[in-house]
Amino acid sequence: MSYSAKVIDHYENPRNVGSFDKDDADVGTGMVGQPTCGDVMKLQIKVGKDGIIEDARFKTYGCGSAIASSSLVTEWVKGKTVEEAMTIRNTQIAEELALPPVKIHCSVLAEDAIKAAVADYRKKHGENQGE
Amino acid sequence: MKLPIYLDYAATTPVDPRVAEKMIPYLTANFGNPASRSHSFGWEAESAVEKAREQVADLVGADPKEIIWTSGATESDNLAIKGAAHFYGRDKGKHLITVKTEHKAVLDTMREMERQGYQVTYLDVRENGLIDLEAFKAALTPDTCLASVMLVNNEIGVIQPIAEIGALCREKGVIFHVDAAQAAGKVAIDLKNLPVDLMSFSAHKAYGPKGIGALYVRRKPRVRLEAEMHGGGHERGFRSGTLPTHQIVGMGEAFALAREEMAAENARIAGLRDRLLAGLSGIESAYVNGDLDARIPHNLNVSFAYVEGESLIMAIKDLAVSSGSACTSASLEPSYVLSALGRSDELAHSSIRFSLGRFTTEEEIDHAISLLTQKVAQLRDMSPLWEMAQAGIDLNTVQWAAH
Repeated sequence: MSYSAKVIDHYENPRNVGSFDKDDADVGTGMVGQPTCGDVMKLQIKVGKDGIIEDARFKTYGCGSAIASSSLVTEWVKGKTVEEAMTIRNTQIAEELALPPVKIHCSVLAEDAIKAAVADYRKKHGENQGE
Repeated sequence: MKLPIYLDYAATTPVDPRVAEKMIPYLTANFGNPASRSHSFGWEAESAVEKAREQVADLVGADPKEIIWTSGATESDNLAIKGAAHFYGRDKGKHLITVKTEHKAVLDTMREMERQGYQVTYLDVRENGLIDLEAFKAALTPDTCLASVMLVNNEIGVIQPIAEIGALCREKGVIFHVDAAQAAGKVAIDLKNLPVDLMSFSAHKAYGPKGIGALYVRRKPRVRLEAEMHGGGHERGFRSGTLPTHQIVGMGEAFALAREEMAAENARIAGLRDRLLAGLSGIESAYVNGDLDARIPHNLNVSFAYVEGESLIMAIKDLAVSSGSACTSASLEPSYVLSALGRSDELAHSSIRFSLGRFTTEEEIDHAISLLTQKVAQLRDMSPLWEMAQAGIDLNTVQWAAH
């Protein structure tokens, strides 16, 4: 499997690896994927009082593309409002990382991880879960 | 030490320089067609081909007349299974037996036989990768015309009890084929005393060139095959096509070297494998796949739990290893061989096959151990599964979100 330079860069120097306390009221946690499918992504966002995502962390079990996709979205969501983060599409992730067709599912997973993290945050704050 | 380090000898081996040296004159000066009967160019080529046939036969305790040249073990498997099933299936019955952990060259040929109206039983293996003799015995029916079981598995290196399986086949008059592509030059094979009718060999797994292999076809009692390749009637009609003299000379020399050096080489490689195993034992939650005793010393297949295989291979790019077999590593499926052992998929996802060989050094093994120790730890720091396992969560009880 040959990877793009951007995938390799994110894989070798992953951004924002780690965990926040998932019980913190400002933290939204999304965990998507299945071990049996070969990838599990955990994405966490920390949202400020102004509704802007101050920080993000990830942990991923998966191939190089899955790790790169999650690393990339932690960078992208930072500084965005929760609503803006929800507009990130898997096609943008796949394009940025030049993912080959067999790895498109990694970008889909990353998009799902953002949605799951936001849903968790909104649930904590009693908001409805629609987009 | 030269990087990357080659630890994928089960995929292919380099041609031994001593072998290459013997091959070269047959590309240039001695270029004759071994089938040319009317001049010395042909005679010389023919004599080189026959010498090589003896060298191959000698390694496995066969008569040279029992060796048929093919393009490799895949072709040998095809010729053996299709050729014998077509011949014996007419009278005996159209039932075939094989094992779920066989190489694709056997499994895909069996699928083709199913399309041709044959019934095939695919036997399970035990957790250690070895076949259950009772299950094999139970699978035999009056309609069974052929069974095919590999000697050494390409992914996990386990050695199947082919003498016992062959004896069961003999009792029932079933033709027994053995794929020995991964075995020749690594385990002693004596076809004089083994109840095996057909055996496939490959040169490039044993320091010979790619593109040449052989099929052993027993003469006493005589085993019949229907030819699958028609043409000039070469190889006594079993397999037509001009013989590639240089390739054949290479296979002969490679097998002759294996015969001389196998005992010493196996001992040296077993030492290196033990060193690798001891080194990797320092890594938590790492498991060896397949039986450790009934196994060639050249192979170590290890699952690193909570780490995904492809990302691990990417992390250890200084090591040329494979995840699953070379033929399936382009797909996203977990290895079917490890699945057959009953390994959970998440363990299968993180399995690495290390295969050691003639040119592997202690220094290379030590580098591999330190690199793996470091990278597995790094990837686990990044793995949500590892984090959950460390927190005492049983991953089997987690409800995973479908996607």
